[in-house]
Amino acid sequence: MMDQLLSVLTWALLLAGSFFFLTGALGMVRLPDVFTRMHAAGMGDTMGAGLILLGLCVQGGVSVVTVRLVLVLAFVWFTSPIATHALAKAALSGGTRPYTLTGTDAARGDESHEGGGATSAP
Amino acid sequence: MFAVTTVALLVSMALAMCRALLGPTAYDRVLALNNIGTKTVVLIAVLGFLNGRPDFLDLALAYALINFIGTIAVLKYIEYGDLGAGSRKDVAGG
Amino acid sequence: MNRVAVLWGILFGVWLLLAHFSTLFLVFGVVTCSVAVYVCARMGIVDRESLPVHLLWGSLGYIPWLVWEVLRSNVRVARIILAPRLRVDPSIVHFRASQRTDLGRFIYANSITLTPGTVTTGIVGDDFEVHAIVQEEIDGTEENTMNRRVAVLEGEAG
Repeated sequence: MMDQLLSVLTWALLLAGSFFFLTGALGMVRLPDVFTRMHAAGMGDTMGAGLILLGLCVQGGVSVVTVRLVLVLAFVWFTSPIATHALAKAALSGGTRPYTLTGTDAARGDESHEGGGATSAP
Repeated sequence: MFAVTTVALLVSMALAMCRALLGPTAYDRVLALNNIGTKTVVLIAVLGFLNGRPDFLDLALAYALINFIGTIAVLKYIEYGDLGAGSRKDVAGG
Repeated sequence: MNRVAVLWGILFGVWLLLAHFSTLFLVFGVVTCSVAVYVCARMGIVDRESLPVHLLWGSLGYIPWLVWEVLRSNVRVARIILAPRLRVDPSIVHFRASQRTDLGRFIYANSITLTPGTVTTGIVGDDFEVHAIVQEEIDGTEENTMNRRVAVLEGEAG
């Protein structure tokens, strides 16, 4: 009974993680430019890896295996935003213009060069 | 169930590989590369369970480290054209 | 000094979790951790930023909330990608963050980037530059709540 429950839970987590990975990969192909693709890639890095490794944790039980899985997961969650930020910054300074609906990059030019047109102020 | 996850991971890696091949800018390719790296980390972990040998997890941990350092190194190389560029500037400035 | 001891404890704990239990390996572990901690202490990088043990309590409440937010924004971005007609409206916005320390800003910027749909592209002082896949991702109250929570997390630690 307990085994079946754990098995069902693992199935659900692994399938959900695979779903997020596949959706992210589909987004990488569909979305229009590098900045929007970054959001799609972030989906796989966060929820895809998170859910699949969590599912493996359920399968591993209380053991050294689970500790290693948690270490891998923590490492992916810590480094993924840093790599994404480095990529975004490099792409901006490398002269890539973000895609916008209107197709003009005037808004972006104004905001970045005059340092803060505080569009939204929390 | 691990086999299904493996297939899903391989398909999404193939899609990311399409982006790496198509990618108009170098940044698209680096993004796809980083994404394939993360999927490889998860794939190694799942394969360990598929084969009943969870020792593979140490490899996943090491691959996660290499993937991160590799992405940062490639980005730095694209930006400066030289892996030692930033540090020399720091020395000159300080 | 205290922080150095905590670092040694963490490193040796990880060693114990991952290594075999034999005398030889335990001795190797003690030597390795001691050398690593000695080098770090000599470089002067064992400080509040590199080892934020004072944030441990606050992060116990913050991390589950962050995971929940990541889950919610994942579902939103998945819906955008899977929609038959792609409706993306990306934009870059600037706003001011209310954290006082660099560590707090680092946590806030990483949290923004970790939630899909928003990526921090640049920080100058307390001015954040954030790229959002659709306008609603950044106009909503989510970023305000996150900003407040990180400021509280940082403020509790003093």
